[in-house]
Amino acid sequence: MRDARGDVKRPIGLRLWLSGGWLTLLVLSAVFAPLIAPKDPLMQDLFLGRMPPFWMEGSEPGYFLGTDSLGRDVLSRMLYGARLALIVALVAGTITCVIGATLGLIAGYYRGWPDRIISRFVDIWMAFPPVLFAILLIAVLGPGLMSIIIAIVVIDWTRFARVVRAEAMSQGAMDYVASAQVAGRTRFGTMLTEILPNVLPTIVALLTLEMGIAVIVEAILSFVNLSISTDSPTWGGMISEGRTSVHQAWWVLVFPLITLFLTVLSFSQLGEGLKDRFDPVLR
Amino acid sequence: MMYEIRDLRLSFPDMTQKPLLGPAPRIEVLKGLSFDLPKGAVLGIVGGSGSGKSTLGRAMLRLLEPSAGSITFDGTDITHMQEAQLRGMRQRFQMIFQDPMSSLNPRRKVGGIIAGPLKLHGLDGLQARVDEALDMVGLPRSFAQRYPHELSGGQRQRVGIARAIALRPAFILADEIVSGLDVSSQAQVLNLLGELVRELGLTLAFVSHDLSVIRRLCDRVLVLHQGVIVEEGETAALFEAPQEAYTRALLEAIPLPDPDQPWE
Repeated sequence: MRDARGDVKRPIGLRLWLSGGWLTLLVLSAVFAPLIAPKDPLMQDLFLGRMPPFWMEGSEPGYFLGTDSLGRDVLSRMLYGARLALIVALVAGTITCVIGATLGLIAGYYRGWPDRIISRFVDIWMAFPPVLFAILLIAVLGPGLMSIIIAIVVIDWTRFARVVRAEAMSQGAMDYVASAQVAGRTRFGTMLTEILPNVLPTIVALLTLEMGIAVIVEAILSFVNLSISTDSPTWGGMISEGRTSVHQAWWVLVFPLITLFLTVLSFSQLGEGLKDRFDPVLR
Repeated sequence: MMYEIRDLRLSFPDMTQKPLLGPAPRIEVLKGLSFDLPKGAVLGIVGGSGSGKSTLGRAMLRLLEPSAGSITFDGTDITHMQEAQLRGMRQRFQMIFQDPMSSLNPRRKVGGIIAGPLKLHGLDGLQARVDEALDMVGLPRSFAQRYPHELSGGQRQRVGIARAIALRPAFILADEIVSGLDVSSQAQVLNLLGELVRELGLTLAFVSHDLSVIRRLCDRVLVLHQGVIVEEGETAALFEAPQEAYTRALLEAIPLPDPDQPWE
């Protein structure tokens, strides 16, 4: 019996291209922010406060997406904000993934006492309310980029551990694992060469999802003023500043919000698209 | 002797009966089995569901550790041998699995699946050995570049056989290897296995619930029922004159391809 999944044509191409395209654009603007940003993101000009975007009446030339209440250029701040968002997404996402997936893989494959210890730990960990936990953590560590990354890792590794554990468990019951033992492969070798490749698509999907979540968490923390110092432009910080003057200058809130939304969506869609790409049956 | 098995017992903890504190009671699956398997013999292990036939097979390969008794493989006592020591011997006893979809890693190509165990045992000339194994099971060499899901059930099971014989083992356990295949693939896989056993001088243990399959392939039969050997003997003799009621019941369960005979 052939696997009929191979015959199903799914439109994975478009999803992958759109999300990948947006993220590439974002990476480029983050890397080249100093070159392409029209203004200094920190430069204030109180005479040019709350200027609307270029297509509206009363806009100021050079400020394409308007200015905020302190007269800072919204576009430039968004471009620089992409830097922080991407650093947080990549670093926090990757560390979270490595820690959580490793523990989940060990728990799910070895079972027995390693599983009991790790699973109990995860259960207890997840009983803490995450946002409160993050705020508490940053209050202790002090605000800053490192603290945000640490907070995300500390809170979210359980997501990886649980999902990867379940997946490793179901893969571990397959006969190809028993056949690796028959062939004389070590337990550890079997975990790395037989189980891991089969769990990898799940890990990749989770990783990209986690990158999106990291961007959101950073925004949430900016919102409660616990992110990086208010000087450095972050999307979350812009949203929180824009919120107070949304009736007079909606653009300060809306543009970063759309960017955030598209970025988080792109991360999760990229994950799904890659998962399909990784599957030899679907490919 | 390939295998000498004496008073083999194996039990599992029964987690459904586990008290809140303290160990779970154990269910004995194999209740003291003793038999010899001479070199070059083809032994059929037959029994109903839950008879312990697959457990016996996995104990013979030491995928499970017996709770009592002894298993001697080719003169070496492997009953309680550590996995690290067993690993060096594993090349000599191999297994073909029931479900070829589950027993072939879906992310590896057929060539990699066959070459993997060869690499582990440090054999050289991998490409030649993989080609030879594919030739022996009657698959085109180009199949080395395919993934398991691209093959039919019978072809997958041939890959399973190729993986086992590529290591040139002395003993192969075949665990219900045709029960998932259609009748014509069954016949082809059985014929292939029979030829390979003769060609390579293999010792084979063939676990099945299907007596008609056993009759074609095996020269000795072991009838298992609820963890006990009910009857053992030459295939011909056992099929002609079964001594035990359970064996007779099993034999009577074989459907007869005779249109004149009423089907009870």
